[in-house]
Amino acid sequence: MTEKAGAADGPDAGEGPDAVDGPDAATGPDAANRPAPEDGPGAAGEGANGLDRPALLELDPLLDDRGTRIIVCCGAGGVGKTTTAAALGVRAAERGRRVVVLTIDPARRLAQSMGIDSLDNTPRKVDGIKGSDGGELHAMMLDMKRTFDEIVEAHAEPERARAILENPFYQSLSAGFAGTQEYMAMEKLGQLRARDEWDLIVVDTPPSRSALDFLDAPKRLGSFLDGKFIKLLMAPAKVGGRAGMKFLNVGMSMMTGTLGKLLGGQFLKDVQTFVAAMDTMFGGFRTRADATYRLLQAPGTAFLVVATPERDALREAAYFVERLAAEEMPLAGLVLNRVHGSGAARLSAERARAAAENLDEGRIVDQGGGKAGLGGSPATEPESEHESRPESEHGTVPEPNDLATAAAHPVPEAAPTAEPAQETTDVDVRHLTAGLLRLHAERMRVLAREQRTRDRFTALHPEVAVTEVAALPGDVHDLAGLRVIGDRLTAGRTPSA
Amino acid sequence: MSRLQVVSGKGGTGKTTVAAALALALATEGKRTLLVEVEGRQGIAQVFETEALPYEERKIAVAPGGGEVYALAIDAERALLDYLQMFYKLGGAGRALKKLGAIDFATTIAPGVRDVLLTGKACEAVRRREKDGRPTYDHVVMDAPPTGRITRFLNVNDEVAGLARIGPIHNQAQAVMRVLKSPETAVHLVTLLEEMPVQETADGIAELRAAELPVGRVVVNMVRPHVLDEAAVRAASGDHRDAIARTLAAAGVTGGARLVEPLLDEAAEHARRVELERTQRAVLDGVGVPSYELPFLGDGADIAGLYRLAKELRKQGVGA
Repeated sequence: MTEKAGAADGPDAGEGPDAVDGPDAATGPDAANRPAPEDGPGAAGEGANGLDRPALLELDPLLDDRGTRIIVCCGAGGVGKTTTAAALGVRAAERGRRVVVLTIDPARRLAQSMGIDSLDNTPRKVDGIKGSDGGELHAMMLDMKRTFDEIVEAHAEPERARAILENPFYQSLSAGFAGTQEYMAMEKLGQLRARDEWDLIVVDTPPSRSALDFLDAPKRLGSFLDGKFIKLLMAPAKVGGRAGMKFLNVGMSMMTGTLGKLLGGQFLKDVQTFVAAMDTMFGGFRTRADATYRLLQAPGTAFLVVATPERDALREAAYFVERLAAEEMPLAGLVLNRVHGSGAARLSAERARAAAENLDEGRIVDQGGGKAGLGGSPATEPESEHESRPESEHGTVPEPNDLATAAAHPVPEAAPTAEPAQETTDVDVRHLTAGLLRLHAERMRVLAREQRTRDRFTALHPEVAVTEVAALPGDVHDLAGLRVIGDRLTAGRTPSA
Repeated sequence: MSRLQVVSGKGGTGKTTVAAALALALATEGKRTLLVEVEGRQGIAQVFETEALPYEERKIAVAPGGGEVYALAIDAERALLDYLQMFYKLGGAGRALKKLGAIDFATTIAPGVRDVLLTGKACEAVRRREKDGRPTYDHVVMDAPPTGRITRFLNVNDEVAGLARIGPIHNQAQAVMRVLKSPETAVHLVTLLEEMPVQETADGIAELRAAELPVGRVVVNMVRPHVLDEAAVRAASGDHRDAIARTLAAAGVTGGARLVEPLLDEAAEHARRVELERTQRAVLDGVGVPSYELPFLGDGADIAGLYRLAKELRKQGVGA
C-alpha cells in the first residue's frame, strides 16, 4: 500500500479542493501527487468522486453470527459465484461452524478441490479443513434429475412413482428444461435446511438465463400447478360438468383438440398421464416451494450479490438488489470480485505513458549524468547478445512472438559502475522501465474504467455495503486458494478503490 | 461463410459483444445481417447503446463499407402466438390459450417448447427470401445461451421431435434440426485465456461434436499485449531497482524511488498472467479448432470498441 502523501485521502476527501474532478480524477493532471484513496474498515463517507462511499460489507461477523443460517450467492454468469460460495464455506468452517455448501454447476477442478467431483447429490465432508471448535465443511453438487426423482419416490407409492419416472414428458422435464434447475436448487435448499445437520448453508445459484430466474421459477411452476390449464389437461369433463358450463366445455374440447393437433396426440397423452400421476403430489410441491420462499425472507438468511466491476455484471447486480428489496429478501451486500488495484496509483496513465515515450526516444528530462546520447532501439541489437545470455540466471527463453522485447535482452548482472557494460545496461534498463511504465498506464486505464462502472452502481444503490476482492492472476482450485479468497473477501478494500 | 452463425461462450467472456462485432463484420458492402438474441436480456440494445429492442426486426447499425445490421430480440411467447397465427390462423384461439395459461405453460414450463420457438425463429430468418428470390438476410448471427447449455439448446429439436412424434411441432422441429446440423450453420465459442473458460470451451466443443452440430471457431477474446514476461521481471527485481529509479527520474517521473516496488509488483502479476495465457493457449491448440483473436479493450466495449473488434474480425477473414 502506498504511503499517504497528502491529507486529501480518506472519508473526508470529498471536501478537498481536488475532489470535484469526478470519477476520472485519478487520471487528471495533478493526480500524480494524490495518494490512493484509502479508508478505514467500515468507513462510509464521501469519496473522491463526490458520491457517498458505500459502507464496507464485513463478512466475518456475518459468518460468525450463529443466527446466520443460509447465505445465498447470486449474480450474473462468470462473476465467480461458485468460488465465492466455496471460499465462504471454507472460512466459516475454519471459524468453527458446521457448514454445507450447495453448488450448482462448479468448474471441474474447483469441485475436485472440495472432493465433490462425483455427481451423487449427497453432501460429502471436505477433508483438510483446519477447523476450530468442531468446524466442518460439507459440500455437494446439485443433480437436478436425481433431486426430482427423489421427490417423486418419496411422495408416491412405488407403482405410481414408476409410472411417473417412466413417462417421457417427465423425463424431459426433469432432465433440465426451463426452470427445473432453479426449482430443484430451491427444493434441495429446503431439504438441507430441514435436515438440521448444519448450522450454516451456503448456496450458489444456477447459471440462469437471467440471474433472477431462480427466484421466479418456483413461483412459475406454482402458478402453473394452480392454474386453469392444468385442470383442463387433467379432467376437461370435470370443468364443464355443470349445466351452465356446457358452452365452455365445448370450447375446452376444441382447445385440447387444437393442442393435440399441434403437439401430436401422443405427446398430449403423455402430458395428461404425467399430470394425472403427479396430481396428488402437486399440493406438496406447492407447499414446499412456498416454505422455501418464506425461508429466503427469514432473518437467518443473507443474500450476497456477486459481481465484477464490469458493466453487464453490475447491471445484473443492480436488478438483483432491486428485486430482493421488492421481495423483502434480506440483502447483506455486494461482493465485487476481480477488482484491480495499484500500489502506484499516484502515477497517472498519461504521465506514465509520456515517461515511457521519453525513454523510447532517448529524451532525458532530468539531469541524466551523460545518458542523453544513448538512443537506439534495443530491438536492433545483434543476435550474439542473445546467445551470450547466461541461461542459468534467466530461466526459459522467451518466445519470439512475445512482445517482450525487454525480456529478450535481459539486464546483465554486471554492476552499474562497470564501465564496459554501462551502455548496454542503460539501454536495457531504459527499455525495461519503459515496459513497466506502459504496463502501469494500461493498469490505470483499467482502474479508471472499473471506477466509472462502480460509480454508476453506487449512485443507484448507495445503501448497499460492498466488499472487494482483488483480482488474482489465475484460477483457484484448491483449499489454499479458497483461503486466500476468503482472506481477501474479509480484508476490506483494495488500496486503489 | 455459413448463413447462420451461432455465438456462445461462458458467462463474462463477452459473447454478446463478439456476436455484435461479428454481425458488423459480416455486413460488408451491399450485405445485410440479422443479429438475434434469445435470452430476453436486451444485451444487443446495451451493446449498441440504444433503447430496448421490440419484437421486431429493425435496422440497428450501418457497418463500415455500407452493409446493414438488423437486430431482433426474440420473445418466445410472441413467437408462439405468431406461429399459431401463421400456420393455423389461430388468432382468437391463441388469445384464449393465453388466458388459460397454455401459452405460459408452453413457453416456460413445457420441456423444450421455448427453445424450439427460439431456434425456429432464427432458422426462419435464415430461410426467408425476398420476392426476387434473394435471401432477406445474407447472414443471421445469434447471441446464443452460454457454453454450458448451448448443445442442449440447439439439440432441443431432436428431443422435441422425439416427444411429439407426429404433428406440426414434430415437423417444425425436424426442419429446424436440418438447418442446424448442416454446413449452413457454424457454432462459435467465445473464450478468454483463462482456465475455466478454456476448460468449458473444450468441453463444449466435445459436446457439440458428439451431437453432430457444426463447430465453427473458437473466438479468443480480450487478448492482452504481452509487454514484459517473467524473465524480464526477474531480471528487473534483481540488482536494478536503483537503476530503474534513476531511469524513472530521468524520464520525468518524480518520486520514482517509491514507485519501483509497486511497478515491479504489477509487472510480476502481468508476467504470471502471460505464463498462464501461454498454458491455456496450448490447451486450446490441442482442441484443434481454428480461432479468431480479439484484443482486450482497456476502455471497455463501447460503440467505438465494437467497431474496432469488427475491423479485427474482417482482418482475420470474416466477410471476405
